[in-house]
Amino acid sequence: MTTTAPAATPPPAAPPSSAPAPGPDRPGFWRRFRDNRPAFVALVVLAVLVLASLAAPLIAPYAPEAIDVPRRLSLSTPDHWLGTDSLGRDTFTRLLYAGRVSLMAAALAVAIATAVGVPLGLLAGYVGGKVDWLLGRAGDVLMTFPAIILAIAIIAATGPGLQNAMVALGIVYAPRLFRVTRAATLQVRAETYVEASISIGTPAWKIIARRVLPNVASPVLVQVSVMLAAALLAEAALSLLGLGVVPPTASWGVMLGSGFKEIRSTPLLVFWPGVAIAVATLSFNLIGDGLRDALGRRIRKAAP
Amino acid sequence: MLGLLARRLAFTVPMLVVVSFCVFSLIVLVPGDPAVALAGENPDPEQIAAVRERLGLDDPFLVQFWHWFSGVLQGDLGQSLFSSQSVAAAVFSRLPATLSLALLSLAVALVLGVAVGVLAAMRPGTWIDRVATFAASLGVAVPYFWVGMILVLLFAINLTIFPAVGYVPLTENPLQWFLHLFLPATALGLAPAAVIARQTRAGMTGVLREDYVRTATAKGLPPARVVGQHALKNAAVPVVTAFGLEASRLIGGTVVIEQLFALPGLGNLAYTSVFARDFPMVQGVLLVVAALVLLINLLVDLSYGYFNPRIRQS
Repeated sequence: MTTTAPAATPPPAAPPSSAPAPGPDRPGFWRRFRDNRPAFVALVVLAVLVLASLAAPLIAPYAPEAIDVPRRLSLSTPDHWLGTDSLGRDTFTRLLYAGRVSLMAAALAVAIATAVGVPLGLLAGYVGGKVDWLLGRAGDVLMTFPAIILAIAIIAATGPGLQNAMVALGIVYAPRLFRVTRAATLQVRAETYVEASISIGTPAWKIIARRVLPNVASPVLVQVSVMLAAALLAEAALSLLGLGVVPPTASWGVMLGSGFKEIRSTPLLVFWPGVAIAVATLSFNLIGDGLRDALGRRIRKAAP
Repeated sequence: MLGLLARRLAFTVPMLVVVSFCVFSLIVLVPGDPAVALAGENPDPEQIAAVRERLGLDDPFLVQFWHWFSGVLQGDLGQSLFSSQSVAAAVFSRLPATLSLALLSLAVALVLGVAVGVLAAMRPGTWIDRVATFAASLGVAVPYFWVGMILVLLFAINLTIFPAVGYVPLTENPLQWFLHLFLPATALGLAPAAVIARQTRAGMTGVLREDYVRTATAKGLPPARVVGQHALKNAAVPVVTAFGLEASRLIGGTVVIEQLFALPGLGNLAYTSVFARDFPMVQGVLLVVAALVLLINLLVDLSYGYFNPRIRQS
């Protein structure tokens, strides 16, 4: 920009060639996220958890179903760092393998919720009218049921199992993402540049893909992060009840459930999976908070 | 206020009808022939025919729904598939335990959450505030069922102050009722307490900066009255909103907590019915729970009118 006497001329209507590239006048998204210490630490912790789970076959000292009856219900020993369960299976090994199941299950539920909620939210927010009303009320109805109870009812119809449980959770969570997406879409829809695109005849799908979606991404991302925490807790609760992951496959919830039976003799068995769930949930929540702060201040300082 | 009530009811009643329809429609999700799937292990043709007859599965879907729904309107939720009990009687007999647990948990959440939130807001930036904020983050993340297990370990197994399992009706022995529900209610109430504490702190720090609060302090009103009479009511709306959302989640949590503490509540009924595939029973529980949540939402909406008179008109 070379203009030196801006007082006389009205601000130019931002000719594309001379407009500053968006961003340089504010620290980038990554910088802002990284400067939020709790969120950054949470991201590192979560990365470690995910990597450890993925690398379970390489790290784990035993096979997940390996039984060592003579040393059942043992406390921490050099052989079994975190002790063993009622069948003598190594707790550390099972925690790693269970992490795969629990984290994957949470991701699957949220993926389903996103695949259902976001497109419908875009549709409702963009089209408006009767479609919006109908989808909105459908969401209201689904939100009337507490997540776990609706999931249990769906499982009552379809039968227990991880996949059924996660599809159930995905359906239960979809309205939350629907609402967030719809609200963000409505906001973008009212912008002048979208009006302009419509008036020059840009097809709707192009406007949604190029103009609406990028603006909807931030709030959706924040919601996804928080929802992963909720899905992780819900999966654990369902598996604890025996409605989600079915033993002998381990998830953190399954481990809690079987550990609770031994709580009088070996309380450590409920301790570790609980810690794992709490750490993962806390991380997702803190990352969500960090994303919200880093993405939230979209308005640049230069703007009036 | 009456206008507000009428408007809200005009929303709640149709919702109840649609919710009932959804509850009933769940049977569509049963894979294959519902009569075969629901007739138990290795059913013989007579059992299948009995289930078909009982559920009216030969009628068109809307006729089935109408049969069921017209019963619901008269308080008849149908019959259990496997016992002679009526669903309404079973649900009704389980309601006191669940309501006791839910109300006590909500009391824990509200008292603890508001107290911690107000305390943090009155001393922003101090160690009290930081400890409260940290505790709130932790409280949201720590699984409530795990808290329940740890509480059992500490206070029922190691210290034997509270019983680990069981339920005593309030009408039978109020003290035992309270002692039996203390641990489960605490476990269930901590997470919502953390959410409410956050909302209270956020709301109160804003309100405490208002001029009228400064005036009240300046004219010599003791801090307790400034907070209690002036500030709290104006900070209440977001707190009540959080309370409503948490109440719904908390009712979901009762299912797990009732299982851990062997409480004979609705959640326990849902749990046993799912494993028995007693579908009418599951539907009954689901309907009652949804009605409960709608009732809570109605009360929350009405309370807005109390806390913020401007809402009464709009």
